[in-house]
Amino acid sequence: MSVRRLAEQQPDAFEFTPQNKAWLDQQIAKYPDGRQASAVVPALWRAQKQNDNWLPRAALEQVADALAMPYIRVMEVATFYTMFNLEPVGKFYIQLCGTTPCMLSGSDDLIAVLKRRVGPQRTVSADGLFSWLEVECLGACCNAPMAQINDDYYEDLTAANFEKLLDDLAAGRDVNKGSQSGRVSSEPAGRLTSLVSLYGERDTSDGD
Amino acid sequence: MTKILVDGIEVDVPAEYTLLQACEEAGVEVPRFCYHERLSIAGNCRMCLVEVKGGPPKPQASCAMAVKDLRPGPQGAPPEVLTKSPMVKKAREGVMEFLLINHPLDCPICDQGGECDLQDEAMAYGVDSSRYAENKRAVEDKYIGPLIKTEMNRCIHCTRCVRFTAEVAGTGDMGAIGRGEDMEIATYLQSAMTSELQGNVADLCPVGALLPKPQSYRARSWEYQKTETIDVQDALGAAIRVDARGREVIRILPRVNDAVNEEWISDKTRQVVDGLATQRLDQPYVKENGRLHPASWERAFAAIAAKVKSAPAGRIGALVGDLAGLEEIFALKLLMEKLGSVNLDCRQDGAKLDPKFGRASYLFNATIAGIEDADGLLIIGSNPRQEAPVLNARIRKRWLKGGFSIGLVGEQADLTYDYAYLGTGPESLLHFIEHNRVAAQKRLVLVGQGALARPDGAAVLALAAQAAQKHGGVSDGWNGFSVLHTAAARVGALDVGFTPGDGGLDAQAMAKTGALDLLFNLGADEIDVEPGAFVVYIGTHGDRGAHRADVILPGAAYTEKSGLYVNTEGRVQASSRAAFPPGDAREDWAILRALSGALGRPLPFDSLTQLRAKLVAAHPRLCNIDAIERADPAHIRALAALPASASKEGFASIVADFYLTNPIARASAVMAECSALAQGLAKARLKQAAE
Repeated sequence: MSVRRLAEQQPDAFEFTPQNKAWLDQQIAKYPDGRQASAVVPALWRAQKQNDNWLPRAALEQVADALAMPYIRVMEVATFYTMFNLEPVGKFYIQLCGTTPCMLSGSDDLIAVLKRRVGPQRTVSADGLFSWLEVECLGACCNAPMAQINDDYYEDLTAANFEKLLDDLAAGRDVNKGSQSGRVSSEPAGRLTSLVSLYGERDTSDGD
Repeated sequence: MTKILVDGIEVDVPAEYTLLQACEEAGVEVPRFCYHERLSIAGNCRMCLVEVKGGPPKPQASCAMAVKDLRPGPQGAPPEVLTKSPMVKKAREGVMEFLLINHPLDCPICDQGGECDLQDEAMAYGVDSSRYAENKRAVEDKYIGPLIKTEMNRCIHCTRCVRFTAEVAGTGDMGAIGRGEDMEIATYLQSAMTSELQGNVADLCPVGALLPKPQSYRARSWEYQKTETIDVQDALGAAIRVDARGREVIRILPRVNDAVNEEWISDKTRQVVDGLATQRLDQPYVKENGRLHPASWERAFAAIAAKVKSAPAGRIGALVGDLAGLEEIFALKLLMEKLGSVNLDCRQDGAKLDPKFGRASYLFNATIAGIEDADGLLIIGSNPRQEAPVLNARIRKRWLKGGFSIGLVGEQADLTYDYAYLGTGPESLLHFIEHNRVAAQKRLVLVGQGALARPDGAAVLALAAQAAQKHGGVSDGWNGFSVLHTAAARVGALDVGFTPGDGGLDAQAMAKTGALDLLFNLGADEIDVEPGAFVVYIGTHGDRGAHRADVILPGAAYTEKSGLYVNTEGRVQASSRAAFPPGDAREDWAILRALSGALGRPLPFDSLTQLRAKLVAAHPRLCNIDAIERADPAHIRALAALPASASKEGFASIVADFYLTNPIARASAVMAECSALAQGLAKARLKQAAE
């Protein structure tokens, strides 16, 4: 975490697409009159989605105008939640978990990969494809180490399969979401060590 | 009511009271930074921790826990609050230590030093040394406007300023961006605040993060001579404290007066101070060969005496400006009586208010505190935000409570609350009278000077009275007919009858070429006196009035004299002298007394006390300081019965520029900067609207 400011290079204008505008009106209609400000997070989120995953100043003001809020109120929300990017990000925005379980399982190797391939945090690679940020726990510790790329989790990463994943993404090939080691969701890696028998049956495992 | 024990003292308080309020009821002091009785509860500074019995077994923020949240003891014993137990002391010391982690130790160079809440509380709960070797947080200073200097390293994130701009001022200028340790108090992208009450955030700031910019490094708080007095920048008469250092007034702060200004003052009231020192008239001047030359008092008086000799009584007149005290108004009236003239007027803007309609016709009868009792509001030809920002904050406060329908006839403006726009002029007012469907039992009909200072002002006044009469404005126990004045001297002058006598000329007629030979102008700077008459200007600043004068007699500004003022509600208030007038300038009543002697018609008093005795003898109600004598609502009914035919022209607000309404404000560089900023903003808005 650090001080977050709006990007220095800003586009001149931001306009919701007609579909998004209609969607936003629906969201606003959910709330009683005078409480439109409640829709600020969904509105900002949709604006961010529309604008290549980051929020320009014009989008903040557009949302504030739509919800009849002072600009500073929207600014407060946008700077409070780190899910809102205030600067341009790569086409593939990588949030790499560096919290204890991931760190113990080798997230440092992944950071080295990113530093070499993409550069330092918060910079967009020259081809515009990647940018990355080390974030706190994303709650997939069973499958550590992991990273979130745009909306999806990629788990059980190693330096090698992470490198391949980035190559595939860059080349536009299909990739598997979730575990990259082939295990199903967060089942134990290797084999089952518990709940191996049904109730009443003899435990056939050679467990201790 | 619920019984509760505070440090062993039993108090009986309403159940919805917070523990902090209960503690105050018991006379126990609880330290606090974020809590403020006129703002919403934030509960984020944690300084007001107390120990409770009958609630959670941990330190509780007393500002955010209600008395009703506590359970009684086993035998029905009242719940207990301890504010001096070892647990409380330890908890508060811990909070203080956390607050000081990032607070710089720059008290010796901080303007807040000596009047700083954090400094004071650190004396009580601080420890003698720090346990932290880490670097302190560094925060960029922000620009938030011309009146407030920021020193953001010192901010302790109490968010009082944020809550003030959102709740009281209603502009929502400030906010807290970022989170956690990186939280910063800021305006949107370092824009200037837009509120007319923004200066108050410096008072609210418990530390030295927000400071009044014009007073930067001017003086330490203990060096001031503090004088409690009354403001004259608008007709509210806000309670202020004038702080002077040596001969010079350095700053003006609000005092608490729940009946008038609560504890807010407008930026003009607060920052007009530099205008008190610039453009001052500090010696008499006499015009010779078309140029004003410095002169002695004797020569100035001789020039006037010569003129008085040659002028017939009917061609002598007197005008009273917006800032005059009652004493000099009364003295000038006596002088005019001695000279045999009936050409008197105090309504330089041409407002069609007249004591002959009864006192109720020109008072804010609902009273300022009474706004909170009203259930409907009709604003006629006024922009309260510009004409009386503190009163506007009171309206907003009432509006926030809900169940308050507001209608506006006149110019549309951002008043910081929603209103139904009914139209521009008298026709819309008539339409309201005939067809209004929004019921109200206690409607407040607020009539601005913009509706009255026009040729058909009397008709508009009658229409307003009709609106009040017909739609719940006047009933038993409620008189909602309220005239909002813009001049501090106006109600007092009307009270002592400083209006044209039988066959006398009014202000507009007096200002015409050829109407008068001699005009005494007591600080009336908002009227253009046409060439012709010999003008004697008694005033403080080299402003419009002085430029037109043939003789200038330098007077005392409101901080330099003791005087009586009657505010827009009819409340008599006394001001006190905080400093002396500059150079040869004298208090206005003394000038008039000396002048009367030089004219051979000495006025019957030799001191302010004698003058006040004469004033009170003539107008007994003026001796009830700080009291309002209610006016008779029958006058409103009589007014409503008058025939009224108004023109179709729309109402315009009388205050075109809030920051430059009087000679003192026009002499102030700070007010000029604020004005330029506000005008620029208004232009940008117009441009945006046009696009």
